[in-house]
Amino acid sequence: MLQSIQDYFRQLAETNPSWNFIYIYDPVQTARVLDGLWMTIILSVVCVILSVVIGVVGALLQGSPRRWVRSVVQGYIQFFRNTPPLIQLLFFYFALGQFTPSYSPDGWLEVPIISNVGWAIISLSFFAGAFNVEIFRSGIEAVPESTKEASESLGMNRLQTYIYVVLPLAFRVSLPSLNNNLVNLVKTTTQAIVIAVPELLYQLVSIYNDYSTAQNACMVLMFLVYIVLVGILVLGMNRWERGMRIPGYGA
Amino acid sequence: MAESKWTPKEPMVSAKDVHKSFGDLEVLKGVSMDVMKGDCVCVIGPSGSGKSTYIRCINALNPIDSGSIEVEGQEVNDPHLDKLELRKKVGMVFQQYNLFPHKTALENIMMAPMRVLKEPKDEVETRARELIKKVRLEGKEDSFPGELSGGQQQRVAIARSLAMRPDVMLFDEVTAALDPETVKEVLVTIRDLAEEGMTCILVTHEMGFAREVANHIYFTDRGVIVEHGPPKTFFTKAKDPRTKEFLSQIL
Amino acid sequence: MSARTLIPGITARATTDLPVLKPFKGKPYGHDEIGFSRFLANLSPWAVVCVVMLLALWPMAAMAQAKYTIGDAFDALWKWVPFLVTKGFALNILISVTTMAIGTAAGVLLGLWQISPHPAIQKTAWAVTQAFRNSPWLVLLFIVMLAFPFEITIAGVTIPIPDWMKAVFGLSLPIMANISEVVRGAIQSVPTGQWEASESLAFSRNQTLWRIILPQCFKRMIPPWMNWYAILTMATPLVSLLGVEEIVTLSRQAMEGENNHPELLIPFYGFCLVIFFAYCYPIARWTISLERKFSVKL
Repeated sequence: MLQSIQDYFRQLAETNPSWNFIYIYDPVQTARVLDGLWMTIILSVVCVILSVVIGVVGALLQGSPRRWVRSVVQGYIQFFRNTPPLIQLLFFYFALGQFTPSYSPDGWLEVPIISNVGWAIISLSFFAGAFNVEIFRSGIEAVPESTKEASESLGMNRLQTYIYVVLPLAFRVSLPSLNNNLVNLVKTTTQAIVIAVPELLYQLVSIYNDYSTAQNACMVLMFLVYIVLVGILVLGMNRWERGMRIPGYGA
Repeated sequence: MAESKWTPKEPMVSAKDVHKSFGDLEVLKGVSMDVMKGDCVCVIGPSGSGKSTYIRCINALNPIDSGSIEVEGQEVNDPHLDKLELRKKVGMVFQQYNLFPHKTALENIMMAPMRVLKEPKDEVETRARELIKKVRLEGKEDSFPGELSGGQQQRVAIARSLAMRPDVMLFDEVTAALDPETVKEVLVTIRDLAEEGMTCILVTHEMGFAREVANHIYFTDRGVIVEHGPPKTFFTKAKDPRTKEFLSQIL
Repeated sequence: MSARTLIPGITARATTDLPVLKPFKGKPYGHDEIGFSRFLANLSPWAVVCVVMLLALWPMAAMAQAKYTIGDAFDALWKWVPFLVTKGFALNILISVTTMAIGTAAGVLLGLWQISPHPAIQKTAWAVTQAFRNSPWLVLLFIVMLAFPFEITIAGVTIPIPDWMKAVFGLSLPIMANISEVVRGAIQSVPTGQWEASESLAFSRNQTLWRIILPQCFKRMIPPWMNWYAILTMATPLVSLLGVEEIVTLSRQAMEGENNHPELLIPFYGFCLVIFFAYCYPIARWTISLERKFSVKL
């Protein structure tokens, strides 16, 4: 079955040289595509998790009684929300990457402690995290004082009130915006190509650089894969949103 | 602790010369009141007269500036106050219900005993189901607050407070936000409680209810108690001109 | 809605005006129609300058002993600034303006198709909108750069298509899709009563749309439209990946011309950040003031 599909595409490449689906019948290219896909998924998952953590921590810090703490968080948000993520990636990798120490595993090569993948994760997480801080903060602000008072009057302390009442509510309220932002983040991972992170876009671009006949085939795959990836994410998030909806509130 | 000295013969809630200001605005100007075990006390008065602030002080939701409030011998105006100990004894129901919108009616009732008192789940659930029955909401156990009417939500809120097995219940204008047709179901629930011997302190505008259920009525105006007495004499033989004027306006 | 009696809390949503949850204000960009501009306009420019300076000075302090000093780096930047602005950033502006023009024209058409009474047209327009709205911009750029010929021949005349023009087509696709959503949203925000009223006055569908509905929501579309322009301008550095000689590409070339001292990276990239901010900030302020003005008149 698989064999016959591969044969069909090998045949197609011979008869129609502009439609060379090389990644279907050449195991080396298949591996590149799968590696790229895997890297895109890793990048997305790690950045999503880190950006959510940054968002929660930032939102809690914004409630700090200390003015300078709030100003630092505000400065961070402004910087990252307000500049193109592409330039952020360049800035992090090339400009700040200069100043991180490197080590030498074999005595010959100098390997920086933070690789380009590492910088992509840091930069993209901070980019999406800046939006998440605002989102979570609005969520926390949406929980009225009187609800906190009610849990206090039931004998809960501040921590218990946050864990059992404020944060679950804030999370549910923020979820639609959070999902929107995370979808945007997954789309932005493509920009990691600028610092040569071998994610899906990078791999597909290098395949058609190596095999110019595979150009159309790579473009088709590029378009479809991202539509499918983002589509799955959007559908999954929407389901989750519906499941987490607070019954009786909101349209 | 002072608590051990308290006997049921002494006032359960005893306020002496309570003062409370918000900024320049003095809301309570020396309020004193004794409530015995099993009493049902109604506090009435024009809006802005400080009655809500007063009962929030009993629960330590608002700290008082001077004077003393003792609940079963425990001083509320104490910097080292054990709020958990106080709130185990004092239940509070709010005008705006303040149910946790992300939890079902049953979960709302079970939350505090499980999280604060760390009681076993089975036991708490049995008790919660009994309380649901008591407030006549059988069948609504799994409804979310947003799916309940105001009167139903308020009865869940009463059950939620009762689940902590308090000795005193505070009701802060619990019917003020309700539709006229649902006010009665809530009042009936409170009357049943009072008849069972629960100590209740109500801030209310329901004069009919006050006359029928309360055994003592306090009239407050501009931060002081103007007049008080049992309903029979209070409603018919009020002495103070301010009381007379207030009663003439609403009766 | 069913015809049954609606009992709050039983057969209908319980209605309560109590603040069980207060309104949620946080929205990522693209979600709130002018969220991005709202954010940008609320910034104090000084805060941004301070943050950039802070980020720039910390690593510089780390290498103060280097032979090539910060002063040298800024001198180099100063020398290149006129070139970067007139050749580089001007192209970014040209790309963003042309893209916006094409994207808007296509987007309005697509948006109108999205509310077409023909299910086939409506569904197709919806699918196209969603497809281009949800793909990464960079992917669309790559595809268009490769798929487009570098020259076209019309009636024997060969017209070359420069790289930046191809980039314009690539960026137009997501802009088209997002403008399409703006148009659909604005039209659907007009109460259905308006449609019914004009129908009862014997207006045709086209007449209703052009004479009654669109004039009402035209103003409403302007702030989100400007918001998308700001987002687009922020996205133009993407085309540097495809070799278009805009500001980021030229900055890189300029740094090569200055022997690639690592000290140059921060002044040059920092300048890119600042110039984008300087361009987008007034637009954002204007968007917000327009939005405020229009929403009052509603």
